[in-house]
Amino acid sequence: MRLPRDLVQAWIKPEEQVLDLGCGDGTLLRQLIDDKNVQGYGLEIDPHAISQCVTNGINVVEQDLDEVGLANFTDGSFDTVIMNQTLQAVHFPHLMVDEMLRVGKVGIVVFPNFGHWRCRLHLGLRGQMPVSKFLPHQWYDTPNIHFCTIRDFENLCREKNIDIINRRFVNAYGGSTVSARLWPNLFGFIAIYRISK
Amino acid sequence: MPSPIPADSVGLVTPQSQLFDRPLTLASGRQLDSYELVYETYGQLNSDRSNAILVCHALSGDHHAAGYHGAEDSKPGWWNLYIGPGKPIDTNRFFVVSLNNLGGCAGSTGPRSINPATGEAWGAGFPTLRVRDWVHSQARLMDTLGIGRLAAVIGGSLGGMQALRWALEYPDRVAHCIAIASAMKLSAQNLAFNEVSRRAITSDPGFSGGDYLGQQTLPRDGLALARMIGHITYLSHDLMGEKFGRELRSGSFALGQDSDIEFQVQSYLRYQGERFSTSFDANTYILMTRALDYFDLAREYGDNPVEAFHHARCKFLVVSFSTDWRFPPLRSREIVDALLAARRGVSYAEIDSNLGHDAFLLPNQRYQQLLANYMNNIHVELQGGPG
Repeated sequence: MRLPRDLVQAWIKPEEQVLDLGCGDGTLLRQLIDDKNVQGYGLEIDPHAISQCVTNGINVVEQDLDEVGLANFTDGSFDTVIMNQTLQAVHFPHLMVDEMLRVGKVGIVVFPNFGHWRCRLHLGLRGQMPVSKFLPHQWYDTPNIHFCTIRDFENLCREKNIDIINRRFVNAYGGSTVSARLWPNLFGFIAIYRISK
Repeated sequence: MPSPIPADSVGLVTPQSQLFDRPLTLASGRQLDSYELVYETYGQLNSDRSNAILVCHALSGDHHAAGYHGAEDSKPGWWNLYIGPGKPIDTNRFFVVSLNNLGGCAGSTGPRSINPATGEAWGAGFPTLRVRDWVHSQARLMDTLGIGRLAAVIGGSLGGMQALRWALEYPDRVAHCIAIASAMKLSAQNLAFNEVSRRAITSDPGFSGGDYLGQQTLPRDGLALARMIGHITYLSHDLMGEKFGRELRSGSFALGQDSDIEFQVQSYLRYQGERFSTSFDANTYILMTRALDYFDLAREYGDNPVEAFHHARCKFLVVSFSTDWRFPPLRSREIVDALLAARRGVSYAEIDSNLGHDAFLLPNQRYQQLLANYMNNIHVELQGGPG
């Protein structure tokens, strides 16, 4: 989806130092480098994605967030640390959020909202874990091991005294609608948070 | 040599030689008044001389990195898998230079060469070299080839150390540094293995205090033993198990049998050792292992690798292999972490392989793809594309 990337980009200032945790094939970083001239690094564990990052000319470092976390980065060493569809894939999302806000002055978290009405319907009517085009994995074979809802995430921020600077929601069609803005936990398909401590 | 020559081979190559008569002051303070470097090139230097790649060899390597010297050659150069038309280091795009390092025994000036001051072979009297001496002599070779700035310096193991040193010594002359299965310095365990190897050579009576050429003796057993020790450290525990296990080459454990037992792994190591001892020079081996021992990337930068890398201007690709226990992934991670802290451009991959340290020379799909992608990007950069 292009819109979440564009929303993230709008929050990044030119020439920022950016660290992207779980950067995938480097599409977002490439966009940020081309449009905002950031100095960016991506961390990734998928060999194929790493190879694609190299093709995309992205600085990509193979690093397992569950194993070493961000121990090799000093406090406040990046302007922005991004987790784009990564929060739900790490073993300890709450600790990862702490780490990203230790290393980055600002954190941007993009995650799928499990409180979206489709997920609720899927679970409520079918009684099964939701499987969709966007989240195609079966429950037993998925990198996404910690799904949460928008309310869950905001509760976590409150418990940890994390400031929510901005939040945006994208609906299931990759657009921004009034309903997603008014009732994000029901109509927000993708949630995008800008946070700091 | 296979016939016909495969389309992705650089084919027949002829080593060239360059004499340098301007003295080279070495890190030790000693001086080489003149010296010769033997090298090979593959591919064509482009009109703006921007597509040159320097390939640095490891402990026992030489200038013959790709292709064949003649029809009777059974084996191609040591990195033939990775250098050639359409290969990761694509000779259709790049002009590749590979040389035998100073102090070597494959044609460049080294312990087997004649010392002009005495008229006899240098032998053990050849000056001790450090990695930076190689780098400086390589830079001079680039001068003679009319190459100001290298598109990349690439090396595995000890070759990776040369690539890293290039990045610090000649920041304006390197666009990319690729360090594979390498380290910023040796560990105590590495030093220990090297010492045992050297002791194996020097304690061989045939070594004659390093003057075996003059005495017409050869430390064959010592050199073979050194190579056997080396080989153990190049392979992984798993690969050795897979390749040899406890298979017997001869003899039997049947009750009542008292025959000589030889395991396959014994036979393999002996073969490797013997082959090496007839082709390699013992003084060169000692010199090369010392250069390894003495290398410490950050020594002159207050032992701070971050400070060291502040002097680099190139981008880096660092690659390690999961079962390499000579220079394990952790050693590469130290390089990467220092580069990250110094905010240099760096990419890093830890390749899953059961081949140990030698993996950097061997086929591996992911490694090949990664290197090909990186090299392709360098090519795109040279074409003026996004970098």
